Amino acid sequence: MEPTTAHKEHAELAADFNKDEARVDWHDETLWWVRQKRDKMAWSLPEWEDLRETASRIKFNVLGNLHDYLLEFEKNAQLNGATVHWAADAKEHNEIVLKLLKEQGVQRMVKSKSMLTEECHLNPFLAEHGIDVIDTDLGERIVQLAKEPPSHIVLPCIHKKKEEIGDLFHIHLGTPAGNADPKFLTAAARLHLRKEFIQSHVAITGVNFAVAETGEMVVCTNEGNADMGAHLADVHIACMGIEKIIPQRKHLGVFLRLLARSATGQPITTYSSHFRKPGAGRQLHIVLVDNGRSRQLGREEFRNSLKCIRCGACMNTCPVYRRSGGHSYHNAVAGPIGAILAPNLDMKENADLPFASTLCGSCSNVCPVKINIHEQLYQWRQVIVQEGYAKTSKKASMAMMNMVLSRPTVFKTAGGVGRWVMRHFPGVVNNGMNPWYKQRDMPEAPKESFADWYKKNKQ
Amino acid sequence: MKVGLFIPCYIDQFYPQVGIATLSLLEKLGCEVVYPQGQTCCGQPMANSGFEHLTGGCNELFVKNFADFDYIVSPSGSCTLHIKDHLHVHDKEDAATHIRQHIYELSEFLTDVLQVKHLSARFPHKVGIHQSCHGQRGLHLSQMTELVAAPYSKPEQLLQMVEGLELIELTRKDECCGFGGTFCVFEEAVSVKMGKDRIADHEKHGAEYITGNDVSCLMHLEGILKRQQSKVKVLHIAEILNAAF
Repeated sequence: MEPTTAHKEHAELAADFNKDEARVDWHDETLWWVRQKRDKMAWSLPEWEDLRETASRIKFNVLGNLHDYLLEFEKNAQLNGATVHWAADAKEHNEIVLKLLKEQGVQRMVKSKSMLTEECHLNPFLAEHGIDVIDTDLGERIVQLAKEPPSHIVLPCIHKKKEEIGDLFHIHLGTPAGNADPKFLTAAARLHLRKEFIQSHVAITGVNFAVAETGEMVVCTNEGNADMGAHLADVHIACMGIEKIIPQRKHLGVFLRLLARSATGQPITTYSSHFRKPGAGRQLHIVLVDNGRSRQLGREEFRNSLKCIRCGACMNTCPVYRRSGGHSYHNAVAGPIGAILAPNLDMKENADLPFASTLCGSCSNVCPVKINIHEQLYQWRQVIVQEGYAKTSKKASMAMMNMVLSRPTVFKTAGGVGRWVMRHFPGVVNNGMNPWYKQRDMPEAPKESFADWYKKNKQ
Repeated sequence: MKVGLFIPCYIDQFYPQVGIATLSLLEKLGCEVVYPQGQTCCGQPMANSGFEHLTGGCNELFVKNFADFDYIVSPSGSCTLHIKDHLHVHDKEDAATHIRQHIYELSEFLTDVLQVKHLSARFPHKVGIHQSCHGQRGLHLSQMTELVAAPYSKPEQLLQMVEGLELIELTRKDECCGFGGTFCVFEEAVSVKMGKDRIADHEKHGAEYITGNDVSCLMHLEGILKRQQSKVKVLHIAEILNAAF
């Protein structure tokens, strides 16, 4: 049976994106600019490669002892006065958040950017229950107004041009039509969001790092929106994947130095805020979410993917991502890292993603925690085919290829016939059925192969 | 020193001149080279498509053809890397291990094993190097721009021995060309866009020729260049190192 999915596959979505070549160029250049900023920052630290190795090893330790660190974190967070919740999957996570919101009787609240809540589809879930979520990260707010998902984990609206943002703000925030001045639009967003912050009784934030030793969490933003939300609200709900743990406070320095440099080419994020205990009369809730992470932990060849600190460097460097756009990955986390995380969440829906790569390996080289992303892409391809998610046509062509290539005489004959056909009846291969020929010429078919030449001249 | 020449399937069929240049170059440098006639393909097209379980036949064939050489040399970084990483044969694991440890892409064989210091080649043209990813990042033929580490390049080191050759700088030194094996047909749109951008970088800096260590990438770029009716040509590095134009 042919596997079918609820959405178009990466190749088709990327082909749609490529219909506007000028836009692809702009998208590619914008992200390449971020990659260059990252390079500059990395080169400013002679110890860069040591830092990556150290970070990778700290995370290796965390993943090997995750159970103990999580319990240590829980104990310390509770001692600090926080309430800790455990969610096995996205559904449980969403229900815990809904229950907390219902207890507070709120119909509207602010959220700072959190890829975990995107992964769990929290916003639409709450909307179904009559609760409005206001995303407060500027880029996130922009895509929210456009009713789109983020296209990048650090730069959620990187696919939008300032003119398009001007139009959105005109419609939703009442800015003058045609004004696309970034400074002006940012100021308008600031006023709009400030009102939301002041009125919100509950704030949700993500978590970048949770320190087991102290039970505290660190949230990194460039806009201070997590702080604004959490400090003004009476109830702070922090949602985190269980892999966000680091053992001790002293390890933070390693990750904070790597995160912003890898993400945006800044030495550090503008705000790296520590949340430890609720203020007097206030509440702090921490939701620890598994959602497939322990399953991935049990798969040895994919375990390293849980080291990810969500910097997005692999997306900025990925030549395929830059020319496909984030939405072509139809998953909360796009790009190379998304392509190795998504099949764990739903192998059937995301069976195409590990194939959306040339396996060039640039992603593994920029990764600040040294995840072997391109090797895992290769491994996922094997698993996906073994699990039966390859198309029948592909299976047939691979079986045929195997038949020809494992028999030297068949290979020689087939090659000779193929080249003869290409020379005498080029229309057989140079046609619309051949995806190679659509925008590329076929190589010229020589009369003799190297093997023929060798036999004639050397033996 | 007995060298087994591994000519990948598509080079055998479409680019025999690359095989001839490789053989001639190795012989000029004093190697005893044999081309085992029963060879076909390394199995990478199947493995990279998720069908590694179908590569048994290719693996057995490869071991049969190449087990008895001191070194195996190939004008393709990608196929060499595939063998290095994935060649296994259940009952011939010793032979497979010997091959994995003694297979070299041509330019690394020249710089690291033969330690070539000069070549009698002349090619008075402006040349850009397309660093194929598997050779560069997999076999470490040259330093990668993502890493904070001292630069080096084995292909560049060799091309600098060619009289009259002028290497051009590129804006994106090691960007992938988008070939990617079966990626080039299953993801045709992105593949071609990447190829076009790769070519534009070379053209912008005045390249007359694009060279590299993988014919596969060059075949993809050549296909686009011809469609664009560009004057820029592609040549495998073996053809330039063996050149006496």
